[in-house]
Amino acid sequence: MSVLVLVEMEDPGQGEAGLSVVAEETLTFARGLPGEGVHAVLVGQVGQPGERVLAQCREQGVRTLFVSTDAQLERYAALAWARVVDAGLQVSGAAYLLGGGTPCGNEVLAHVAAIHDVPMAANVVHIVQLDPLEVERQVVGGAVLERIGLGGQLAVASVAGHAVAPAPSAEPTQPTVEQVAVELTPADLVAQVRRSEAREGGDTSALAGASVVVGVGRGVGGADRFAAAEALAERLGGSVGVSRVVTSLGWRPHHEQVGQTGSRISPDLYLACGISGAIQHWAGCSSSRTIIAVNTDEEAPMVTKARYAVIGDMHEVLPALLDELG
Amino acid sequence: MTDVLVCVKRVPDASGEVVLNEAGDAVDGRYAGYTMSEHEECAVAIAVEIAGESGGEVTVLSLGQEDCVEQLRAAVAVGAHAAVRIDAQADGFGPGDVAAAIASAVREKEAGGTSYDLVLLGNDAADTGDHQVGIRLAHLLARPVVAGAQTITVAEGRAEVRAGTATGTVVYELPLPAVATVLEGGVQPRYPAITGRMRARKTPIEVLAPGVEPRGNGRLGLRVLPPPESQVEVLGHGTGAAVRLAQVLRELGVVR
Ligand SMILES: Cc1cc2nc3c(=O)[nH]c(=O)nc-3n(C[C@H](O)[C@H](O)[C@H](O)COP(=O)(O)OP(=O)(O)OC[C@H]3O[C@@H](n4cnc5c(N)ncnc54)[C@H](O)[C@@H]3O)c2cc1C
Ligand SMILES: Nc1ncnc2c1ncn2[C@@H]1O[C@H](COP(=O)(O)O)[C@@H](O)[C@H]1O
Repeated sequence: MSVLVLVEMEDPGQGEAGLSVVAEETLTFARGLPGEGVHAVLVGQVGQPGERVLAQCREQGVRTLFVSTDAQLERYAALAWARVVDAGLQVSGAAYLLGGGTPCGNEVLAHVAAIHDVPMAANVVHIVQLDPLEVERQVVGGAVLERIGLGGQLAVASVAGHAVAPAPSAEPTQPTVEQVAVELTPADLVAQVRRSEAREGGDTSALAGASVVVGVGRGVGGADRFAAAEALAERLGGSVGVSRVVTSLGWRPHHEQVGQTGSRISPDLYLACGISGAIQHWAGCSSSRTIIAVNTDEEAPMVTKARYAVIGDMHEVLPALLDELG
Repeated sequence: MTDVLVCVKRVPDASGEVVLNEAGDAVDGRYAGYTMSEHEECAVAIAVEIAGESGGEVTVLSLGQEDCVEQLRAAVAVGAHAAVRIDAQADGFGPGDVAAAIASAVREKEAGGTSYDLVLLGNDAADTGDHQVGIRLAHLLARPVVAGAQTITVAEGRAEVRAGTATGTVVYELPLPAVATVLEGGVQPRYPAITGRMRARKTPIEVLAPGVEPRGNGRLGLRVLPPPESQVEVLGHGTGAAVRLAQVLRELGVVR
């Protein structure tokens, strides 16, 4: 009995690509499950895993890293990836399958759960008890935790982002890299990404990786009233992020949205202006190091949850701040 | 002609404060009201567009009790042509059960001569957020599926599906029939016109039996997280706070 973790790579910015933070979190979480250890499976990477990935696996106490170097799998195809994960399950005999609570993690795991006709728990945050297995997971956008039983032959769960902080194992390992061979059928590759198109005007990895995010909500009052927030983001070398109401109203594009159904950010500073701080927005910004709210309502949840707040009209406060910063 | 089935779920409105019922095993939507998720509103909008261009029809389906007719009518009001309710208590159905019941309804309709080229669902339900009904349904129907679709166009029996990623967009091309789960952000939900509202009132709701024995959702309990204790320091009011705010930004080391 062991745990198998579907791990994902970080979008390779600069330097050698490695496993994502979510992957490290999930591996850390996996060590809380019983059995003979943690194995990992990495799909979509052609060629042998690099030094950085191996070092991360070693640190996380991974015993076997299953890989498939099949060139057909380089472009994402959830069902085909699920076949590789499934092959990893067969070889390792794992009784638990985990992945990150990411679009890819949830999608691939759902395929594996469907293939085996077993339940899957999405966005698990912690283990309540081991035998029989009970976990708590985020529902209603993170406002509520649901306790569910995950008994049975194979327990499948995705782990919510930030459920645990990534931590090195007390027992680092010397991971073996093992090729998994799968016979893919054409049906496994029907829903495969044909092509990718880069987004004009930057990408959300800029928002997700920004050290300062100026958040803008409905309180801004209109699509043509973003100048001060944009100027401040520029002055601080950061990005603008927005609430869902702002994208729903068509004031800004969806890729700037922060929250449960947008990006999760963790900047040094999140300056949330005219944002009420609904739980679904909070889900995307709560791991910012410092949060400052600018809001006309001193009782807005964003204000009470923030570290600092300015009570006032953002259209007065931001220009005055820009003046002050020079 | 592209006929589309869209699955919508009645869920408590959770944009405000969330309260549980007395038993603590379900979210109480009596005060906040009920809605469908924005993902599903976008799915309806995509379906209406695709069917409209090709002279096809949009059918909306919900598994639930009598009250989920409200969400079905809301979808008809913005352009769906027909509505089906699978009569069951949604809370007793796990995501696998819901998928099986929808698959059974699709087969039942097919046996009666109505088939769907495309079945759309939300990427995840706003309440239970299971992230799986669409994928399980695709397996049961032996159809290809893409998750997280933001726009879909159909031409010559194939669907072009686009989904957003951190760096841009990925594009899929699927032969029909297919399943897709929709994520908000690619299209705007539609708003009802008066004529739509009138049609919604008159459209008959077809009721089907679930056709499966539910295995349940494994739920053992719910709890609402208490809000963290406030430790906010108010730096001041209006423009008068600017000096102190700038000072805090410098202390945080974010001013270059
Ligand atoms: C399933 C689900 C998923 C969701 N996902 C997301 C998500 O990913 N991201 C997200 O953001 N939301 C999401 N939401 C929506 C969320 O519930 C809220 O509706 C939304 O975050 C509110 O946006 P807002 O704060 O901009 O607007 P409002 O709630 O309307 O708040 C506006 C705020 O601006 C203040 N204000 C007004 N005028 C001014 C002024 N001149 N200066 C300063 N302050 C002012 C007001 O006091 C108020 O606090 C989701 C909801 C659901 C149900
Ligand atoms: N009771 C239901 N009736 C109709 N559709 C549903 C129901 N439950 C879930 N769905 C559909 O499945 C999608 C994904 O749900 P889930 O996998 O539970 O997150 C939802 O967005 C709906 O489109």
